[in-house]
Amino acid sequence: MSAGAQEQVSRLLLMLPYLLAHPGVRVSEVAQLYGVSELQVVRDLNVLWFSGLPGLAMGDYIEVDMEAVEGEGVINVSNADYLARPLRLGTDEALALLVAVRTLAAIPAAGDRDAVDRVVAKLERAAGEAAERALAVRVELDADARGEVAGSVRRALTDRRLLHLSYWVPGRDERTERDVDPMRLVVVEGRPYLEAWCRRARGVRLFRLDRVEAAYVLDVPAEVPPHARPRDLAAGLFQPSPDDDLVTLDLDPSARWVGDHYPCESVEDRDDGSRRIRLRTPDPRWVRRLVLRLGGAARIADPPELVEAVRRDAREALTAYDVHLGSGTAAAG
Amino acid sequence: MSQAKSERLMNLVIALLVARTYLPKARLRQVVGGYGDQSDEAFERMFERDKDELRDLGIPIETGSEDPFAPDEEIGYRIRRSDFELPPVSLEPDEAAVLGLAARVWQHATLAEATGRALLKLRAAGVETDTRALAAVEPRLAAEEPAFWPLWEAVRDRRRVSFDYHKPGSGSAEHRHLEPWSVLSWHGRWYVVGRDRDREAPRMFRLSRVAGPVGTGPPGAFPDPGADEVRRSAASLAPPPVSGTASVRVRHGAAWGLRRRAVATRPDGAGWDVVEVPYADDWLLAEEVAGYGSAALVLAPEDVRAHVLARLRAVAGSGAV
Repeated sequence: MSAGAQEQVSRLLLMLPYLLAHPGVRVSEVAQLYGVSELQVVRDLNVLWFSGLPGLAMGDYIEVDMEAVEGEGVINVSNADYLARPLRLGTDEALALLVAVRTLAAIPAAGDRDAVDRVVAKLERAAGEAAERALAVRVELDADARGEVAGSVRRALTDRRLLHLSYWVPGRDERTERDVDPMRLVVVEGRPYLEAWCRRARGVRLFRLDRVEAAYVLDVPAEVPPHARPRDLAAGLFQPSPDDDLVTLDLDPSARWVGDHYPCESVEDRDDGSRRIRLRTPDPRWVRRLVLRLGGAARIADPPELVEAVRRDAREALTAYDVHLGSGTAAAG
Repeated sequence: MSQAKSERLMNLVIALLVARTYLPKARLRQVVGGYGDQSDEAFERMFERDKDELRDLGIPIETGSEDPFAPDEEIGYRIRRSDFELPPVSLEPDEAAVLGLAARVWQHATLAEATGRALLKLRAAGVETDTRALAAVEPRLAAEEPAFWPLWEAVRDRRRVSFDYHKPGSGSAEHRHLEPWSVLSWHGRWYVVGRDRDREAPRMFRLSRVAGPVGTGPPGAFPDPGADEVRRSAASLAPPPVSGTASVRVRHGAAWGLRRRAVATRPDGAGWDVVEVPYADDWLLAEEVAGYGSAALVLAPEDVRAHVLARLRAVAGSGAV
């Protein structure tokens, strides 16, 4: 039962200051706050009832009105002013909370940056020594959203307004214009996204904030259709559909990272450090762009029409250099 | 019985907290209920265990003596109130909203629990957190790598660690020894930085490449490296500084990744613009431009253009398996 007593004492030290500050609080409320049953709260109060100043002479006991507990289900505790403050934050508690708050500071639309900074300063002061280790954990988000974009997204979410987005889709190299009904702001894999009902696509979409070129709050109430469901992000951001095209890529050792970076259907490592991967994509243009970028370190093995398309892309680009910059540049085409 | 033990622990805490001087063990045996009726040996065992359990909860029980000239005489115990209590904290409404949101950040079970406990303590101290505000914001910080928790603990307690590590770009794992200084999440991926004891230099490791269990040593095994050293070691994650500006001819309605970073854009004939794009690394810029194919052409500098052309030629000439 030793762990039980330790846990109970830990809870009592946490509960007692709350009880002293909230006379007449309901047993049910305390049970909910501390995540225990009402019966456990009564057991905890019984321990308090037998605790007090050393020697436990008359008047030394913590006073608990057990009749009110049993009767009206309310708690009144007194004569325990020496335990009116909770225990200081432990290292894990201080670290976990500080890292969480600092993470918010990096989310552009999460709230007032200034308020976040003030909370960090107050918590560091309150945590004292435990906060000194807080430098041991850092979180840096890729949150390079434009200031006015963050403000508009936040306003549209709080005021439930329709939002107009100019949004960059790198896979298709397009800048799109669309009206969206904001649902929530989520951080996935270190990046903030706006999840919204997109009126153009007629579906729920995630918009990476740093790819929003411009955002305007419209004077129209947001109306998220009742059947729109937030995506389950536990499985990761990219959830390929079986309808997507299957592409086979051969990667030189220098391009192996592609297999780590993108979700693959299969990864086949070879002894010489190269690998063959198969992945699904809703838009083959993305794969063509990737292969052009990797400049020969990745080759498409299948489907054949994509092999030809990429080669054509490269030849067209070489020709364009020739035409625009004069002959000779693309000599070895 | 558990209730008796809880009472004993509570009474011990109170006795140590209200004491004006260090209380000797014999005195505690008299005033704390539950100790008096034990044999000497049983009391010793019980008292040691109680002390350990309270310290486990983060209660700072000090050992010392009132007589500075005879410090070994009559060792006593006390809890210094300033070390025990959470100092006063008060929050403005907008700050309370931030704290309410912070409660939802951690996806890691142990740290979510630690955050919850910290918030309960603040709440017990009269700090209200506003959980209704910004309900539509879900800041999620995940830490699913199995190496995360052992490394967090090792950094916290300054324990040496060893683990098998898959080097990027190679199929095999290597056993590494590290004095871990800091765990950090960079754009959604966790890393650990510290002094590599084999290389005798600071190194950084990605947690997802740590294979198998992490071996940990005793706490306090190395000195705190200091904030500057930690920051320097992690600097390689930060984007490199801008080294120049490139002129790139881009087709209308295309090459948006370049257009959005451009410091200047001017029309250049029908259907084309020339953008001036700051860049840090020749190769990275060449890679990006090559990706746009015939929609983006580097005019200058020549080095970058040469890199792009080499890439395009490699792709144009390759293909069939």
